[in-house]
Amino acid sequence: MNQVSMVTVNNKNNANVQPEGEARLRMENVNLYYGEFHAVKDISLDISSSSITAIIGPSGCGKSSLLRLFNRMNDLIPSARIEGLVEFDGVDIYQPGIDVVELRKRVGMVFQKPNPFPMSIYDNVCFGPRRHGIRNKRALDDIVEKSLIQAALWDEVKDKLDQSGLSISGGQQQRLCIARVLAVEPEVILMDEPCSALDPIATLKIEDLMRTLSASYTIVIVTHNMQQAARVSDMTAFLMVGDDRAGMLVEYGQTSEIFTNPKNKKTEDYITGRFG
Amino acid sequence: MRKNYERALKALQDEVLVMASMVERSISLSIEALKKRDLELARQIIAEDENINQKRFDIEEQCVELIATQQPMAGDLRVIIAILNMLVDLERIGDHSEGIAKIAIMIGDEPPIKPLIDLPRMAEKACQMLRESMDAFVNRDVPLAKKICDDDEEVDALYEQVFRELLIIMAENPKTIGRATRLIWVAHNLERSADRITNICERVVFIATGHMEDIGASKY
Repeated sequence: MNQVSMVTVNNKNNANVQPEGEARLRMENVNLYYGEFHAVKDISLDISSSSITAIIGPSGCGKSSLLRLFNRMNDLIPSARIEGLVEFDGVDIYQPGIDVVELRKRVGMVFQKPNPFPMSIYDNVCFGPRRHGIRNKRALDDIVEKSLIQAALWDEVKDKLDQSGLSISGGQQQRLCIARVLAVEPEVILMDEPCSALDPIATLKIEDLMRTLSASYTIVIVTHNMQQAARVSDMTAFLMVGDDRAGMLVEYGQTSEIFTNPKNKKTEDYITGRFG
Repeated sequence: MRKNYERALKALQDEVLVMASMVERSISLSIEALKKRDLELARQIIAEDENINQKRFDIEEQCVELIATQQPMAGDLRVIIAILNMLVDLERIGDHSEGIAKIAIMIGDEPPIKPLIDLPRMAEKACQMLRESMDAFVNRDVPLAKKICDDDEEVDALYEQVFRELLIIMAENPKTIGRATRLIWVAHNLERSADRITNICERVVFIATGHMEDIGASKY
């Protein structure tokens, strides 16, 4: 595994070890509210480039909300309100004047349920590039081939690119969705439970793909599956709900440490299956 | 929350205690056989070592099954990994006792060259260290584990003493060389057993802290 080897202790919270080196994404004292509901409480977290960061925790602890802060997907919820700083390459992504469409192109997202558009495999992959103005057939052909190869799907679909994206298996559909994200050349890929609707073999294929992609992309994954977090990620963040029902960061550190010798008793209890 | 899993983990640790008590019995009976020239007892120890070996495989199998079926993590994972290592040491201590029993048979009814005092003391100390190592294991007691490693120096000192004493006897009367050499083997078996117990203590520290450290570097 491509482990992040250099770490430093974050002084703000001794249980948390932040990756050293360039932080691609940064959160500082972030709070997220949905109306009166405090969903995410005072979270500070650095995510370094070319790595996989897993966010784990019990249901309702704010994992997905936290993930969606990185590309402003929470903006789509009218009652959502955010405090604190979220940076991408040192730029505050919540400052006025940020082009959210451009942000979401650079910070792509893959969802829980594969959601190919009801159109051909080819058109699914081309959807983003076309929206960004690419019309040249040759250029689109190249993007489709390259993206599908990167998503480890090319060999399985190259002879049926004109078939519906909905006609292939669930695992293939999810890889198609990953190809669709890759087609707009993002820098960060956010994955929200990308394998929870897939069978074990399809899951392992996606995990293998993630490891390959992590050489060139920064990946953040939310998962319910602890073994999956242990298998694929370099860093793991453990969230849980505090007494006030707000999601908080309990421990953040190298995956190898979190799963063999967590510092916090709550992390230990969760990952050994004693609560949650 | 995972009651069956908790029960299996507890049962696994209980089995290690059972194996350790089998090994302890083997050490103390082997010296008894040597001291009392009880060849029947010596043969019994040799035969019973099979049970220790079998116990090791049974526990190892339980570990493998728990890993494969329950995906233990963090502290639970450390316990199982530590046990897998401790089994090797316990089984080997059993072999050392078996070795002593074999020497007892070799010596047979040859006349004794000296009364056996320090060898039983070594065996007694090793048994005490083993019992305490299991207390440290059950209670995840790091200070006790480290203390046991310090105690190994006593066994080393006794070994040194036995060695020198037998060397002098051999120098004074070369006819004793065969018998004395066998007693040195006995001392060596006991010294190695104590070293193995310090390995067990290192695994206890690993369970408790997650750190692997060499805390019982023996002189020998």
